[in-house]
Amino acid sequence: MITIQKYVRAKSLEEAYQLNQSKRNRIVGGMLWMRLGRGSVATAIDLCDLGLDTIEETEEQFSIGAMVSLRQLELHEGLNAYTGGAVKNAVKDIVGVQFRNMATVGGSIWGRFGFSDVLTVFLAMDAYVELYKGGVIPLEQFAARKKDTDILVRLIVKKTPGAFVYTALRNQRTDFPVIACAVSQLGGEYRAVIGARPAKAMVIRDEQGLLAQGITPDSAEAFAGFVAERTPTDSNVRASAAYRSHLIRVLTARATTELGGI
Amino acid sequence: MEIKLTLNDKAITGHIEADTVLLDFLRAQGCYSVKRGCDTSNCGLCTVLLDGKPILSCSMLAARADGHSVQTLEGLQEEAAEFVGFLADQGADQCGFCNPGFVMNTIALLRENPDPTDGEIRAFLAGNLCRCSGYDGQLRGIRSYLNSRKG
Repeated sequence: MITIQKYVRAKSLEEAYQLNQSKRNRIVGGMLWMRLGRGSVATAIDLCDLGLDTIEETEEQFSIGAMVSLRQLELHEGLNAYTGGAVKNAVKDIVGVQFRNMATVGGSIWGRFGFSDVLTVFLAMDAYVELYKGGVIPLEQFAARKKDTDILVRLIVKKTPGAFVYTALRNQRTDFPVIACAVSQLGGEYRAVIGARPAKAMVIRDEQGLLAQGITPDSAEAFAGFVAERTPTDSNVRASAAYRSHLIRVLTARATTELGGI
Repeated sequence: MEIKLTLNDKAITGHIEADTVLLDFLRAQGCYSVKRGCDTSNCGLCTVLLDGKPILSCSMLAARADGHSVQTLEGLQEEAAEFVGFLADQGADQCGFCNPGFVMNTIALLRENPDPTDGEIRAFLAGNLCRCSGYDGQLRGIRSYLNSRKG
């Protein structure tokens, strides 16, 4: 477990940013994953007083503060109406209600964890992150970056017309996923996002136009095969690489047919 | 550092280290219903209510509770008494170690959803692990309590 020498509730993002420039200091989100690490933190920087715990919905977008809990995502009617329940499906089996009341969107996205349901589902959307110094950048671009000392302020999800399906397979209900899979249709573009490979989620677009003529059982199978071939997998205690590759094909086909209303 | 919070409806002041977790602070206040189980945010034994919402006290810094309201089972005896007898009647407890966390999360469930389905009960309590009884007793107990309320 980590040890913490000093705790500071930042009074501004600038104060948090300045404190975060020291490698010995760290921003705490839900602190659920961080706490299991080792080492010593000189100053734990808490953003809890900065008003980043709300989801603001406009006609164009959802603006999700970094300190919004996964439980808030799960219960937000507007977000789940727009995503067809995909966001709720992505977080509902993350440990338990108590855990989801603590785990934050900012911590989940910032961590770019290999097991993340949260990163997987939002990569299927027209999503962006707002960084304190780095401005607004696409989530996909952020996910590919290495961690630095900037601060993730909020996640922005544009209400681009689209449809979303999320599914995952777990060995046990509240465990990490063995494979996480989100499939979407956004402005005519189809994409699949595969998480828990067990590496960081990756986006596979329908570059070959396999779904261009519409979703049928055959085209869904073809797309699923394409996604499985393009997605590197690995083995860990939960599953082998071969099993994961098989699951990618199965879950992508299922999610795609559901997306097509079949 | 000093923190001020409301614990079971009483304003208190405490002195903590920066990395003191809420569980240890609460037990130091005499709230022994709050149990340390897995200590990895997975079992639900340490469940308390923070501003009315169930959270895992093993994984929350006590410093973060500064200015907030915390409730443990010691402060919710009356609300718990309404249904714990139904759990006992179904033999839901064996060793009983998971019971306080289970009861706290059930209180949160029934406040949020007074008439849950069996599926909703299972989903809400999925983060409370019991290694004795297999969960059917708890489900039967809560169902029995809900049925009793309907007369």
